[in-house]
Amino acid sequence: MNSLLRRLRHELFATPGDAVLSVALLALLTLAMGGLLRWALVQANWAVIQANSTLFAVGRYPAEQQWRLWLLTSLLVGAAGLSWGLLRAHPRADRQGLLWPRNDRVAVGLLAGLAVWLPWALGLTGGIQARWWGLAALLIGLRWLAGRQGASWPPRLLKLVPLVWPLLYLTGMVLIGGGLGVAKVSPSEWGGLLLTLLSASFAILLCFPLGVLLALGRRSELPLLRWASVIYIEFIRGAPLITLLFLGQNIFGFLLPNGLAPERVWRAAWVLTFFAAAYLAEAVRSGLAAVPTGQVEAARSLGLSQARALQHVVLPQALRVALPAMVGQFISLLQDTTLLSLIGLLELLGVARTVMANPEFLGKNAEVYLTLAVLFWCCCAALGLGSRALERRLDPRTVPSR
Amino acid sequence: MPPSSSSKLSPPLPPTGDTPPPWWRDRRVVPWLVQAAVGLVVLLVIAFLLGNLVRNLSAAGLLLTWRWLSQPAGFDLAESIVPFDAGMPYWRGLLAGLANTLRAVVGGLVGATVLGTLAGMAAFSSNGLLRGLARVYVEVVRNIPLLLQLVFWYFVVFLTLPNGAAAFQLPGIVLAKSGLYVAGLAEGLRWQGPHLLNGVWQAPVRLSVEFAALLTGLIIYSGAFIAEVVRGGIAAVPKGQWEAASSLGLRWFTTLRRVVLPQALRVILPGLNTQYISLAKNSSLAVAVGFSDLYSVAETTLNQTGRAVEVYLILLGVYLSLDLLISALMNGLNQLVQIRER
Repeated sequence: MNSLLRRLRHELFATPGDAVLSVALLALLTLAMGGLLRWALVQANWAVIQANSTLFAVGRYPAEQQWRLWLLTSLLVGAAGLSWGLLRAHPRADRQGLLWPRNDRVAVGLLAGLAVWLPWALGLTGGIQARWWGLAALLIGLRWLAGRQGASWPPRLLKLVPLVWPLLYLTGMVLIGGGLGVAKVSPSEWGGLLLTLLSASFAILLCFPLGVLLALGRRSELPLLRWASVIYIEFIRGAPLITLLFLGQNIFGFLLPNGLAPERVWRAAWVLTFFAAAYLAEAVRSGLAAVPTGQVEAARSLGLSQARALQHVVLPQALRVALPAMVGQFISLLQDTTLLSLIGLLELLGVARTVMANPEFLGKNAEVYLTLAVLFWCCCAALGLGSRALERRLDPRTVPSR
Repeated sequence: MPPSSSSKLSPPLPPTGDTPPPWWRDRRVVPWLVQAAVGLVVLLVIAFLLGNLVRNLSAAGLLLTWRWLSQPAGFDLAESIVPFDAGMPYWRGLLAGLANTLRAVVGGLVGATVLGTLAGMAAFSSNGLLRGLARVYVEVVRNIPLLLQLVFWYFVVFLTLPNGAAAFQLPGIVLAKSGLYVAGLAEGLRWQGPHLLNGVWQAPVRLSVEFAALLTGLIIYSGAFIAEVVRGGIAAVPKGQWEAASSLGLRWFTTLRRVVLPQALRVILPGLNTQYISLAKNSSLAVAVGFSDLYSVAETTLNQTGRAVEVYLILLGVYLSLDLLISALMNGLNQLVQIRER
């Protein structure tokens, strides 16, 4: 208690100037927070969110097909719980295994709280609330099971677990869009958070190989490769994304033979991919520049071919260095999906515009925009936290020398 | 080791010596082969796309031409500093849009630099509360999409301001739904503040709410990124510099201004360049708040004329030159602050 007081005094009231500043800031903060709280709890009318929660989640996805999205969500949640538990059951060889570290306990508590509070706050029907609880139980249950039993599972089985994710992505595409015997749902009916996450994840997955290739091309000794990469990267980076998206909508039809142009949603997703690849290439390039030339020379003198040296020596180091910058790009890509609303697609912001055009909810801008802001903030902050955790896990400096 | 045992361990090597490798594995030839292959693929893809483009455009009667630029535009702009009306040609409209874009970019650059520098410096304050506030500002703003922030400022803040006598008044500035009124020099070089005339505000300088919302959003968003750049730059200055200055009796602010910032500037300027360029490009989101910048005029033009390729070429050219201009200016500035060794 005493040390807390001393610290407070040192931090806030070290000099008279600091004291005045602190008091002024405290007064301002109290005023602002008080006003915000009063608005959120008394004046704001959250019915606009409650009444449109399905619209915000999936847009105009047909109601009788929404079971597919629930199935996909539960598959994703299951895979996440499994991977999470196994990550704790099999720590890296140099780490002490801790089954329930403090962060995990906090995360589980948060998730459980969210699964109880959110459906209630959204005013969902009893059946759907129960589904949320089921999903939370599935996640926590699998996390518990995999963490407890995972250490004794056969290693050959465990090697297959990372493969679940790409498989799940393809399954998800089929579940969302249809095909292979599942009824088709046209991309024009996808919307809301579903479209936001889908376009962002599509672009993130595809821009990665493209960006690495472009970065390698830009550092290549062959002038043709280098110049082609430089021209591509600089032309994409020179123009604002919105011009590229708009162009994509208008010009894809001209660039491809008649009838081959993709659906509007896919045009936008491809433009996002090509756009992000140019920025990612620059992040990867800075990582490549950080790998000393001696590494390549050592690998080559050990008899590795150029490609092998790149694959086993240079790229792993370069990508690790580039990881924070790359995740930064992914975060801004997630934010950039809001631009799809400007070309008439109904992702989160687009749905928000249609909701607010509804006379019943006219003038509820503040509620809707604040909700979206909180949603985006949580997604982006989670990505940032995940990136920092991954950085720590990949950091070679913590490996004890043997 | 006797030679017989080594032949058991490894497969026999291919005969070496006089037979040279085939020409396609020659070290001097391989790079050219790779380039030829890549070049061929790139050329084929470009030829395929361009071929389709020319065929489809000529089928639609939209082959590349610039004559439409001098046809009357037929649309009006809500505001422009270059005189423009519906009877004027398209190129005048695009010019007016460019002027508006430049206005937003210059205003945004100045505002974001001031805000970002202050927030970046605040991260090193001796006051814990101020440090925390600077941190919260950066973390909140960076994780929310700019477009969302812009529509928030426009629809939630500026469009809900009251009009007339109820307007929000500060010394020299009045915020009303009809616009932002700032004191300035009126005719006859007289200093004049905002004042009500028949229930309508009058002032020498009036900004539209669209422009004000765009500027606010851009400044606050870019300010957060610039704050991070400034913070990184200051953090790169060795701690001994602070200690030396304070042991010489310099105050915190003087230390920052005379000792630390001049050194930090060398680290900050390249990062600032990136942020300025992205601010210039982000100004194209003005279309979401109804401000007639270059992109918004170009979109209207495209919708009216269908000239996708030409309009896109104009946009690309203008934004690329804007980026290059900013880069050139910043590089010049960078030369000035480099250490000059004798």
